[in-house]
Amino acid sequence: MITLDRVGKRFAGRDGGEVEALRDVTLHVAPGEFTAIVGASGCGKSTLLRLVAGLVPPSTGRVTLDGTPVTEPRAETAMVFQAPTLLPWADVLRNVTFPLRLMGKAGPGTEQRAAALLATAGLAGFELRLPRELSGGMQQRVAICRALLQSPRVLLMDEPFGALDALTREEMSLELLRIWSASPMAVLFVTHSIPEAVLLADRVVVMTPRPGRIAETIQVGLPRPRSFDQEGTDEFQRCARRIRALIYGDRLPRAA
Amino acid sequence: MLRGALPGTLAVVLLFALWEAACRFFGIREFLLPAPSAIWSATIAAWPMVLGHSWATLGTVLMGFTASVAISLPLAMAIAASPAVSAALYPLLVVTQSIPKVALAPILIVALGANEVPRVIVTFLVAFFPLVVGAVAGLLATPPELIELGRACRAGRLQELTRIRLPFAIPFVFSGLKVAAALSVVGAVVAEFVGADAGLGYLIQTSMAFFRTPLAFGAVVILALMGILLFQAVALAERLLFPWSSGAQQTPSGF
Repeated sequence: MITLDRVGKRFAGRDGGEVEALRDVTLHVAPGEFTAIVGASGCGKSTLLRLVAGLVPPSTGRVTLDGTPVTEPRAETAMVFQAPTLLPWADVLRNVTFPLRLMGKAGPGTEQRAAALLATAGLAGFELRLPRELSGGMQQRVAICRALLQSPRVLLMDEPFGALDALTREEMSLELLRIWSASPMAVLFVTHSIPEAVLLADRVVVMTPRPGRIAETIQVGLPRPRSFDQEGTDEFQRCARRIRALIYGDRLPRAA
Repeated sequence: MLRGALPGTLAVVLLFALWEAACRFFGIREFLLPAPSAIWSATIAAWPMVLGHSWATLGTVLMGFTASVAISLPLAMAIAASPAVSAALYPLLVVTQSIPKVALAPILIVALGANEVPRVIVTFLVAFFPLVVGAVAGLLATPPELIELGRACRAGRLQELTRIRLPFAIPFVFSGLKVAAALSVVGAVVAEFVGADAGLGYLIQTSMAFFRTPLAFGAVVILALMGILLFQAVALAERLLFPWSSGAQQTPSGF
């Protein structure tokens, strides 16, 4: 459903020159597919996500959603950022319903659906709290609920667990998988963490920097439902090793 | 909250007690430094007149403050919305701030007549600048992710302003309002020094002309109280209308 056809993106650099963020990226994402994008900093992962979101236009090539070019943000895509980016003045419930209210699509059942969604995310009873009264993990859960309430067919996640501590991060990954299996949608999940990518995704797109391009796409052959027990399996180790080799190349780091 | 005010109140009471004792002990003459008791009795003796002057000043203060709010907020929106407007207006704003308002007041009074208008304008000129700066800072401080969220939700420029930028700016606007409230009192008195036939500034000048120092001190105390009350009124309005704003600078607490 999402197709990137030889997409390139250049930005005007600060010194007046041009920075090539992406070159010749071709990618096809099927409906309901969970795709992780892994790469070192500056490899254009976030730019790729913003292109699909319609927040920035491509310099060359085409981004299409169901065959129509993406030229502006669309109602069927929702985005989760690295920071929760909640409205500090609105309570949890109004934060979750904010996109629908902004798009004029909030109906009489919206609040109920939002409350039900918050309950599945373990936030029942927090509907009327302000964001600053919540911990970082809870704030990010609110942000995910906000994206899910739009019933998106495409969910774009830009290092959504990057700012969380390791334990909360593992817990949230499994929670995300649970929600995704209940209501399948195409997920593009940008991350720095190789284990996280392998655990979550159907396939992992590995990118290399300067300019950002796709080095290889790795199919993850682990059965679902996934759990951390699978980290010990040969398939998990094979995927993780391959990704690591692609990212570090010959200069594979070794502990002394 | 009352318990928090206790040390401050004690300090003020102690200060006034020391002042009173020093005046009596050293026999300081009243027209040089009157004791608090002398200030009190002089002010009470002239109370109906003092009250009339207070009302006159309060009127100027409130009109000047209202004018600053009415002009500053749209101005801040225009500056925040467009770099061109910002580049055009900011130098002008800085110029208005570099001109001493005391120097401007007599010119304005000649130009506009000895009435309320020049006094309100001087008050406005003294008070509006921090409000504009605060509001612009607030409008521009909106995190880029929040703007991106709005764009991802297909918000237009107007929606972005009213639903994201303006609410985000509210704590900044209120910091500006508090400063503007206190400065309005300063502005009104500056204007009254130069040209007025009523008001606490006028009262201070005429009292000092006759060495009625205690009455001048009384007027100063009333001015201080007026500034404090206005400041607190703005803070109260913020707490009542935007409860999330008054605590916005607090660090977020985890569980």
